[in-house]
Amino acid sequence: MTPAILAHGTDSPTVRLPSSAKGRILSEDAPRVLAMASTTYASSSGPAIRAEGLVKVFGEHRALDGVDLEVPRGQVLGLLGPNGAGKTTAVRVLTTLLDADGGTATVAGIDVAKEPDRVRSVIGLTGQYAAVDEYLTGFENLEMVGQLFQMPRKQARARATELLERFDLVDAADRPSKTYSGGMRRRLDIAASLIAGPQVLFLDEPTTGLDPRSRLAMWEFIEDLVTDGTTILLTTQYLDEADRLADTIAVIDRGRVIARGTADELKAQVGGERLVFTVADAADLDRLAESLAPLGVDAPVLDRATRRLTLPVQGGAPVLRDALDRVVGMDVVDAGLRRPDLDDVFLTLTGHAAEDDQPGDAADSEEVSP
Amino acid sequence: MSLLSDSLVITRRNVTKIRRVPDLIVFATLSPIMFVLLFRYVFGSAIPIEGIDYASFLLPGILCQTVIFGATVTGGALAEDLQKGLIDRFRSLPMRSGAVLIGRTVADQVLNVVSIVVMLLTGLAVGWRPHTTPYEFVLAIVVLLAFAFAVSWLMAPVGLLVRTPEVVNNASFIVIFPLTFIANTFVPTQNFPTPLRVFADWNPVSTTTQAARELFGNTVPGPTPDAWSLQHPVIYTLIWVVIILAAFVPFAVAQYKRAAGR
Repeated sequence: MTPAILAHGTDSPTVRLPSSAKGRILSEDAPRVLAMASTTYASSSGPAIRAEGLVKVFGEHRALDGVDLEVPRGQVLGLLGPNGAGKTTAVRVLTTLLDADGGTATVAGIDVAKEPDRVRSVIGLTGQYAAVDEYLTGFENLEMVGQLFQMPRKQARARATELLERFDLVDAADRPSKTYSGGMRRRLDIAASLIAGPQVLFLDEPTTGLDPRSRLAMWEFIEDLVTDGTTILLTTQYLDEADRLADTIAVIDRGRVIARGTADELKAQVGGERLVFTVADAADLDRLAESLAPLGVDAPVLDRATRRLTLPVQGGAPVLRDALDRVVGMDVVDAGLRRPDLDDVFLTLTGHAAEDDQPGDAADSEEVSP
Repeated sequence: MSLLSDSLVITRRNVTKIRRVPDLIVFATLSPIMFVLLFRYVFGSAIPIEGIDYASFLLPGILCQTVIFGATVTGGALAEDLQKGLIDRFRSLPMRSGAVLIGRTVADQVLNVVSIVVMLLTGLAVGWRPHTTPYEFVLAIVVLLAFAFAVSWLMAPVGLLVRTPEVVNNASFIVIFPLTFIANTFVPTQNFPTPLRVFADWNPVSTTTQAARELFGNTVPGPTPDAWSLQHPVIYTLIWVVIILAAFVPFAVAQYKRAAGR
């Protein structure tokens, strides 16, 4: 049987939308709202975010186990890691929602433990779940948050109107947010966190749960914010998201930063492409591994549940052609070449897949010696 | 930062929800009507109380029970805000910590005022009559709301700790039901077994009810009760209110400051 050669994404696996879609989702000529001066002035030198040796322990679980971070002003740091890695805990400590058990952190030069109130007046936080009041309208939500940012009511209303325009929510402004779609709620949520023109914005998994179109719109919007000079700390589970948005990436796993650098540096560390072969019968996996192993730069990884072999290689299409020649006669149902993703980053850096919760439960994956 | 203005913003937010969620209005208006009618005609037909008609005896008691139940929604509502990430949002804003709790407990009394008005009108329709001055009439309602306000603060940390609205609601039902029944709310206590009677006499639900009866002019004629609490129901109730608030306002605020969403 001839294996189907699938062009696994040679770029990031983003769903491309026609460029006209972008203008409809987020109006590009919307007024720049971040020009508004923040009411609190923090020290103007030094990094926007600095964390040193942050530790947070929940019972036996060390959610943060000595995390160091530094984000220069106006830059985007992508905090990349699987569920439970400590991303949200780090964000909660930096946004004053949680006290660290050890270490220090400053945001805009202000110590989060010593002066939480001052930190709160210069940050914006968008949590993992759109924190909007579903019984209030979009306008009322923004007005409320503005007032709680200690703005006079008139100013809060003006800002609400401005942000609703920017986020393309004008038509829905007077509807309770209960009626909004997931993407609309997230936009409203981000609008709320921008109401006072924060110096530092924290986005905790801003695109988790969004459909591809809303996700792309969100990315474009975040890019706009960066152009405006906002410092952003963004957590994500997606390498392509960090790749696209972040100036630097910190990979976090089990409460520790295990790698940091630009997206290119990380990919260089992870190596080139991956050969991915799927066979019809799991029993063929070992024979497949034996045939392909000489092509790899590292050991192949076999996943018996999905009957799939993944092999780090270097050299692109010719390697794939060579690989196909080697598997003639085997019932290969899928074969392809793809760029490294988060799982590969994790496999390379930690020896376990991103989805594993515990080190010992990677029952379905195993490494075989070449 | 102003505690007053922050609290007002949150109160307005919560009252807006009351206006937009029909269930809340229905619960606050229809169920009191139902209770007044049920107790007045079902229990009232079998409970003769010497010297007073049952409607007059019942109304202060059922008002007390209703505002207490009304106050328990505080816990469930805070648990819901926590679950939906709203408490996280509020905690990340440069606002006063107490404001979210004040705005909640105050808004819940707004709903209680609606319930009280509905019940008073229903009471008038089924034969209840106040025999009092306008000043005492208002004072009766103030005492009822003050006790309900204290119960709201008692429920606030429960909602923040338990974090599941349904569990908070069910748990509060289990506690509030006996508290409002082992009391003088629906029947006189003198024939209770002694331990229950002593409990009932010192139960602040009884004294709140007794305070309302005195101030509405709906007391049962006869000798004054033995218990000091029932002889001075307004003062005794307000002592409870002060004690509950003194203990639970700081406790609730402390819980709020370390509340964690999901």
